[in-house]
Amino acid sequence: MNLKMLTRALSAVGGAGLLLFAASALAVPESEWRRPWALNLPQGVTSLSEQVYNLHMLVFWIVCIIGLIVFFGVFYSVWKFRKSVGAVPAQWHHSTTVEIIWTVIPFLILLFIAIPATQTMVKIDDTSDYDMTVKVTGYQWMWEYEYLDEDISFFSRLDRDSDRARQRNPEIRPQDVEHYLLNVDNPLVVPVNTRIRFLLTANDVIHAWWVPELGWKKDAIPGFINEAWAEIREPGVYRGQCAELCGRDHGFMPIVVVALEQDDYEAWVDEQVNGNGEAEETAEVADEDNGEVAEQEDMSMDELMSVGERVYGNQCLACHQAEGQGMATFPALAGNDQVIEDREWVKDVIINGVSGTAMQAFGNRLNDEEIAGVVTYIMNAWGNDSGEEVQPADIRAAR
Amino acid sequence: MSSTTHDAHHDHHDHAPPKGMTRWLFTTNHKDLGVLYMVFALIMFFVGGAMAMVIRAELFQPGLNLVDPHFFNQMTTMHALVMIFGAVMPAFTGLANWLIPVQIGAPDMALPRVNNWAFWLLPAGFVLLLLTLFMPGGGPAGGWTMYPPLVLQLGDAFPFLIFAVHVLGISSIMGSINIVATILNMRAPGMTLMKMPLFVWAWLITAFLIVAVMPVLAGAVTMLLTDQYFGTSFFSAAGGGDPVMFQHIFWFFGHPEVYILILPAFGIVSAIIPTFARKPLFGYSSMVYATASIAFLSFIVWGHHMFSVGMPLAGQLFFMYATMLVAVPTGVKIFNWMATMWQGSMTFETPMLFAIAFVILFTIGGLSGVMLALAPVDLQYHDTYFVVAHFHYVLVSGAIFSIMAGVYYWLPKWTGHMYDERLGKWHFWLSMVSVNVLFFPQHFLGLAGMPRRIPDYALQFAEFNMISSIGGFAFGLSQLIFLWVIIKCVRGGEKASDQVWEGAKGLEWTLPSPAPYHTFETPPVVK
Amino acid sequence: MNEQPARPNHTKTVSKLVLLVAGMFAFGFVMVPLYQVFCEVTGFNGFVSTEASTGPVGEANTDRKVTVEFVSTVNQSHPWSFRAAESRMEVQPGRLYTAYFEIENQQSSSSVTQIIPSVAPGAAGRHFHKTECFCFTEQSFAAGETRKMPVTFYVDPALPERTTTLTLSYTLFDLGAGDEPEFDEDAAGLHAGAR
Repeated sequence: MNLKMLTRALSAVGGAGLLLFAASALAVPESEWRRPWALNLPQGVTSLSEQVYNLHMLVFWIVCIIGLIVFFGVFYSVWKFRKSVGAVPAQWHHSTTVEIIWTVIPFLILLFIAIPATQTMVKIDDTSDYDMTVKVTGYQWMWEYEYLDEDISFFSRLDRDSDRARQRNPEIRPQDVEHYLLNVDNPLVVPVNTRIRFLLTANDVIHAWWVPELGWKKDAIPGFINEAWAEIREPGVYRGQCAELCGRDHGFMPIVVVALEQDDYEAWVDEQVNGNGEAEETAEVADEDNGEVAEQEDMSMDELMSVGERVYGNQCLACHQAEGQGMATFPALAGNDQVIEDREWVKDVIINGVSGTAMQAFGNRLNDEEIAGVVTYIMNAWGNDSGEEVQPADIRAAR
Repeated sequence: MSSTTHDAHHDHHDHAPPKGMTRWLFTTNHKDLGVLYMVFALIMFFVGGAMAMVIRAELFQPGLNLVDPHFFNQMTTMHALVMIFGAVMPAFTGLANWLIPVQIGAPDMALPRVNNWAFWLLPAGFVLLLLTLFMPGGGPAGGWTMYPPLVLQLGDAFPFLIFAVHVLGISSIMGSINIVATILNMRAPGMTLMKMPLFVWAWLITAFLIVAVMPVLAGAVTMLLTDQYFGTSFFSAAGGGDPVMFQHIFWFFGHPEVYILILPAFGIVSAIIPTFARKPLFGYSSMVYATASIAFLSFIVWGHHMFSVGMPLAGQLFFMYATMLVAVPTGVKIFNWMATMWQGSMTFETPMLFAIAFVILFTIGGLSGVMLALAPVDLQYHDTYFVVAHFHYVLVSGAIFSIMAGVYYWLPKWTGHMYDERLGKWHFWLSMVSVNVLFFPQHFLGLAGMPRRIPDYALQFAEFNMISSIGGFAFGLSQLIFLWVIIKCVRGGEKASDQVWEGAKGLEWTLPSPAPYHTFETPPVVK
Repeated sequence: MNEQPARPNHTKTVSKLVLLVAGMFAFGFVMVPLYQVFCEVTGFNGFVSTEASTGPVGEANTDRKVTVEFVSTVNQSHPWSFRAAESRMEVQPGRLYTAYFEIENQQSSSSVTQIIPSVAPGAAGRHFHKTECFCFTEQSFAAGETRKMPVTFYVDPALPERTTTLTLSYTLFDLGAGDEPEFDEDAAGLHAGAR
């Protein structure tokens, strides 16, 4: 099996992060819960999520019964006590007994629900006795995962096919993308039957990390740290999304968790850690698989502009605006002399950000091609017409 | 001013209202202002509705991109602000203005000039708010909850948003002070508190809620403003602040606000059901106590909007228990309405249809609220379409259905004409069916994992979203019938009798239809 | 309008209500210090004091081991390197320890930073005391400067038994340079936007 075929098959299962990893990963099944016409919460794959599901079903049936009683009462009255069938109105309007009954009974029902709810809450809150820790950081608009016990950290972004299909006038239709908007380039890989503690924080605004099959969501708040835990019982691919409005691309920062058997996971870790020297190679293979250039070949002006336009739309447009005209505190890029004349400065600002401002550093978030594209785009779009072409190799040199 | 001390009799009056624009601009008459409020609310209902149509159109299919995601966020944010502060609240205030004086036998509101002011601040505030959509960077897009730090990324529109919220807040505080003063000081002789119609009771409690929590919202947004422009860091972690604190302050306002949007609805439904069941309201005093306890509980349940922010266990449990308690008085109300219908003699004119639909659909919204109250499962439901379905059941088929019921119920009193019953029934049935097609599938979407406030979604959600959108368009179109019924009724129609409805009880039905410009200048005596 | 004799006097009602409005407006602001106190008492939201404590009191508990874990985040992805020298320590409650963080300003200009602590689990925050910390004040860094900065702390023996790990999280906020930042004309506004 050549490498390319393997990688393609693997990324169909779990994304590019599994790339150089043993073929056993092919056995990781896709969760069956996500399907069209799905109606209900997942039972999930942790003891916690199952407990949450059971509580959900318990209270669901209780409210259904109460609801049916109310509906029956109303419809029976409507049927029976119509003036058109000669109903004569009674004149009673008070009954202390009845009122006490329908105050006390709902209270008892609530008490009955509160007991399992409290137990479940206590369990969710207990983050002690963990086996490993993953730090999750929310960004506009992607996730970063750091394995505190290993020297592994990476960004996890919307996969390229989804990203292409979600644009206006897309090159491919969403219907043709597998796991449209629910797939990422680098999934979070974790072992099964391991108590994983998640530490959550954010880089810019509040996000929320939610994988329904783990049974909870938790806010990621800039400057603060939150805790949650999960112990996944079955190997599989579990998908989720950001659940707190975090700006323009809130809907485009999915989460993919790949749970592996312990041995497979260790092999993956080994690959990540020992492959550190080849990390960039990994990225390139991933790029190649997604139809981007493998080596640092020069890109044509058209390619640069089209990559740049996409990156601009996803990353820059919310502040600097569609025509680069800027707004309020965000400077205009169109017609900005420094932008047109100083390519080194433009590269520097995009890679390193501007200290003390809202301009973030994109150096570790975008790859060479993307930065090259967006620099070229900014310097040539909206009548900037500098004619400058910045190539991926220039960016690599500037890093 | 016409409120001199001559001996006027309510069914003939020589003080006709002035003609033309100035009548509406400078009016201090509670009926004129009530009408203005309601017309304004109706306009805003269609503005906010148009935004909802944009949202549902974008969500019709995956990958549509009819509008930019940033604009989509502006639509969800503005839809909420317009509907809450522009449609539902002013509609209730309009009903209060028109009805409270005639229900308690007062000649006008306590503070007529304040009343005029309070109203005209509203369009001013909304012009300000809606204009932000045309500013560079667009209007507010961080959700109506305005959570920092996201809201601070807003461009030029930011100070306008804050200022607009201040203006709208001042308007509703002034309106509420007026309502409290009217109810406490201007009741006719014999109209004791426990004889007041429930609509008046509901509004008295609502007005207190508004007076208590609107200033808190004003404080919260003021802190946002100083954080942005004056170097404070109430909500910025970098300066030792905490973004979560904004959520606490906001929801301290926000949860009572939710009840501000529903308590008057309870009052309306409690007026309509006895009329058409021809039987007195069951458990009047328990209705009053239930409303008061719901209002009290609303101050200690705000944390249930924030179960996922990382509260300590004790906090989660406290807010969970307190929230579950809300179900008890709410249940009492629903059972009381059922008991009122039991052994009645019912007819089903449009107001009654809407009131019955209110009882049923509000129950659905209330029961999903019980599910949401449970902190551990809320960690799944939170910020999904399940929540969207829940609060739309409560606010659309709850609050808005009650307003429509109220409009059909009192329209003959206002205009002197019966509305077109056939069109009214069409409006009801189309609304009733479409509102369920619109919102019921959203329960499934939320449980199946669809977060709220997203402009595009995974293919698995396509079917239910399409159904929901179709329901949405149908619901939107159905409301044009409502508009037409109102216009038609104002212009003419069958003459309404003074009592209008066979089973109607209360002071307002002793007045002629249409009610004269000035009423109860000599207070009636209530036995 | 007030000449109507039967007309009741609303002044009293209205002034009470206006007082209530003013009171509630103030209450919104009072919630800020209240919230701080509340967080301090309950450890709500990972609260941890940003003020120096005095040293530990009472006996150190030699039987008990608590793991203190250090994590660091750079807000807004600004070009700083910020990491703990050691990612975790085993500590005995009631004894003083010092941990080091390496902070590097990777920018070509000097810059001021404020580092904000947060502790998980939230409820443990009030049992974590720092006697000395780089997070107490703003820190100024020259261009390219690297510093190793200490935090001296102890864990209160009152820490609940079931808590075996404390995570101390630091977030580095770049407050910009003391001198003029690069976008001259927009500098003031950009500063505001960054917070």
